[in-house]
Amino acid sequence: MKAASFDYYRAGSVAGALEALRAAGPDARLLAGGQSLLATLNFRLSAPSILVDIGRLDELRGITETADGGLRIGALTTHAEIGRSALVARLAPMLTEGAPLIAHPAIRNRGTMGGSLALADPASEWPACALALQAEIEIVGLDGSRRVPATDFFHGMYATACVADELVAALLVPPMARGVQQSCCELTRRHGDYALAGLAITLTVAEGCVRSMRAVFFGVGPTPMLARHASAAAEGLPPAEAAQAAAEALSADLDPQGDPVTDAATRMQLARVLLRRTITRLGAAA
Amino acid sequence: MSEIDLALTVNGVAVRARIPARMHLVDFLRERLDLTGSHLGCEHGVCGACTIRVDGLAVRGCLMLAAQAEGAAVETIEGLTASGAIADLQAAFVARNALQCGFCTAGMLVTASELLSRGGIPDRAEIRAEIAGNYCRCTGYHAIVDAIEQVARNRAGAPA
Repeated sequence: MKAASFDYYRAGSVAGALEALRAAGPDARLLAGGQSLLATLNFRLSAPSILVDIGRLDELRGITETADGGLRIGALTTHAEIGRSALVARLAPMLTEGAPLIAHPAIRNRGTMGGSLALADPASEWPACALALQAEIEIVGLDGSRRVPATDFFHGMYATACVADELVAALLVPPMARGVQQSCCELTRRHGDYALAGLAITLTVAEGCVRSMRAVFFGVGPTPMLARHASAAAEGLPPAEAAQAAAEALSADLDPQGDPVTDAATRMQLARVLLRRTITRLGAAA
Repeated sequence: MSEIDLALTVNGVAVRARIPARMHLVDFLRERLDLTGSHLGCEHGVCGACTIRVDGLAVRGCLMLAAQAEGAAVETIEGLTASGAIADLQAAFVARNALQCGFCTAGMLVTASELLSRGGIPDRAEIRAEIAGNYCRCTGYHAIVDAIEQVARNRAGAPA
């Protein structure tokens, strides 16, 4: 299948990209790595009038440590670059663990952090990680830039706080508190498939008990789903009991939809299994 | 514009063309340059048959517009064969009977060569994870994993 015809503009600067977006109106689309967009174009599921290619904007690329010890990941940084970054492994190991779960090597070589956040596919890893890490998303528009907490960024399936003539510039991860453990994991039928249920989680184990758990699920709801009840249920319990209590409380947080291959009850059960296993594993490692 | 001027390097040769903006990279290679070693299966990034090298990295040729390859160095199976860069891997695929129809082979070789370029001897689970995005409908993968493992051992100077 071949894409329908569109115009193409290769932006030379962020300002140039934003001006092109505004001039072209609502039918314009940004092109970064293109690993989701090109598939929808080839299928003619989307038919933009013009693609504004931001792939050459080096100011949107790269991973740096911020002054406060956090992490700034430029929007055009690829999944592969995130996966092999020593800085990411030290400051946000959840992302190091999550990177190889995304699709396949050739797709990780082109697909970007910013593209994943801006698309907000409910089954993708990075939006859930952003929410679990309490990160912020830096958005740039012609009137300047703003930072939106991940908790306010994901509005629905493929819907975010980033409006039509803005672009996602970076993910900002706050410094990691001492003793916090992180994980990003998922259950799939085959390596590289979309997750049947995925989990991005932070927790601390202090004096043998789980503290400050923050569990975010993906692939089981319209957005990354913060599991408040499950996280509260784990609080103050030894890991084995916390795992059980959190899994039991999880039905108050999630209401997954079934599809022709995996029904809703199965997805719910897989989410429970993933949470129980992960709390147990992190508890044993503490 | 819906048509664009493109300049890039393909298998070491400078190429210029005027192409529709909507043309993806593998259509450009196959239809404009007659480099038909890169195959098109699913055209949405799932099957891996179109995997080629762009600026040294394995990419899905169907998920990249030719326009995005402006200034890039593209290598296809034709160029990788001519340079001898993956001759040992190709020989191992033949020796192990790691292909039947051959439709997946060009993409499989590019994916495998990227894994091998990282050095060391990956275990069979790592090899399988790496090639999970390259579908083979003939072999059942065992012979492909055998061939990749063999080349990794040979390159590391390890006993077979």
